[in-house]
Amino acid sequence: MELLAFGDTGWGDELFYATLMTIAVALTAMLIGFFFALIFTPLKLSKNKFLNFIANSYTTIIRGVPELLVIYLFFFGGTGAVMYVASIFGYNEYIEINAFITGAFAIGIISGAYSTEVFRGAIQSIDKGQFEAANVLGLNKFGKFFKIILPQTLRLAIPNLSNVWQITLKDTSLISVTGLVEIMRQSYIAAGSTRDPLFFYSFAAVLYLLLTFVSMKLINRLEVKYSRGY
Amino acid sequence: MDLELMINSFPKLLSAAVITLKLLSVSLIIGLLIGLFFAILRLNKNIFINKFAYGYSYVFRGTPLLVQIFIIYFGLGQIEYLRSTVLWVILKEPYWCAIIAFALNTGAYTSEILRSAFQTIKPGLIEAGKSLGISNKIIFYKIQIPIAIRQSLPAYGNEIILMMKGTSLASTVTLMDLTGVAKYIISTTFKPVEVFIVAGGIYLFMTFIIHNVIKYLEKKYSFSQ
Repeated sequence: MELLAFGDTGWGDELFYATLMTIAVALTAMLIGFFFALIFTPLKLSKNKFLNFIANSYTTIIRGVPELLVIYLFFFGGTGAVMYVASIFGYNEYIEINAFITGAFAIGIISGAYSTEVFRGAIQSIDKGQFEAANVLGLNKFGKFFKIILPQTLRLAIPNLSNVWQITLKDTSLISVTGLVEIMRQSYIAAGSTRDPLFFYSFAAVLYLLLTFVSMKLINRLEVKYSRGY
Repeated sequence: MDLELMINSFPKLLSAAVITLKLLSVSLIIGLLIGLFFAILRLNKNIFINKFAYGYSYVFRGTPLLVQIFIIYFGLGQIEYLRSTVLWVILKEPYWCAIIAFALNTGAYTSEILRSAFQTIKPGLIEAGKSLGISNKIIFYKIQIPIAIRQSLPAYGNEIILMMKGTSLASTVTLMDLTGVAKYIISTTFKPVEVFIVAGGIYLFMTFIIHNVIKYLEKKYSFSQ
């Protein structure tokens, strides 16, 4: 137990901050994912074949290629890509992107592909009559989307989005390969310096279980809130 | 675009893909047996056996695969007692550690898939078997299991693809699978995009094949309800 003491003698505080880092990366990645889903869901539902093709390529590639490979692409390629873009604008100094942004972006793109599929499924399963009723009521596009379609989409999407959240949360462990100090990386460091990998990796597993457990409880509440009236 | 590098790295990546497929198939076979075993435990009425099986699947589905591999590969070696047993022959090999982790992980997901498949079997089918005077054991093997397999094919197909992506983590314990070799080539040439296209293409091709095989099986074993 003294291994987990807070302060200089133990790893308690380090692991605590690492847990916060994991939560921060997962939340950022989830938000980036929503942003991608916001762009690609309409493309998927669009009648234009070309737009369909773009959105399908995105979700197929990301869901068919290992997460680790995507992370390596961003880790090794991210700096190069940003410097290339900067050089177009005449900036030629070395730019270093920090591990948090690279990691959150890589996981976010992965999470976005899953979210896109979830939103597509949810919108498609809304009854056609709802769209028609909104039209009949004379709502404008804005009102139709925010008052009629979105609340129903959310109700249908939340259970599946909670799966996406679980996947995203677990995927953050892979960012440890880029050196960002989250739970996995901190356990690796602690295991290396104390020569007690069994304890620290098991403790990491407990931390992840705790995170998934607590987030499931919170999401269940959201689910109840959005399924009022059903 | 460095086309030469892409062409040169293709055979290397392809031979690494063989290792990926080996890891995948061995862990899927062991995982299926583990999954079936725990799915049957989940259907047991004894609350302790039931909770034990639930706990297994909860823990393995709630923690990242990376943690599981690290516990098995780095963690278990720390137990002195294990080092003196026959098990150590297996546990000192990263290859087998990865397979144990993958098999336990996919076993947890498979047990959930099979459990829900068993639970959706209409009671009438089992009753029909009983009224024909078939013994419980044969009802289980000849009626419940074939129907459960058919029911769980789509979900299991997804699980195979997820597991194929999961095998990429073998590269973190020194195995040179497809992702491991891809990372090696990237870090020596600093051409991430080219290598990503080739390695990702091979992964996508494998996903495509698995997807279609499952679709074919679904069609073959479909029945009108």
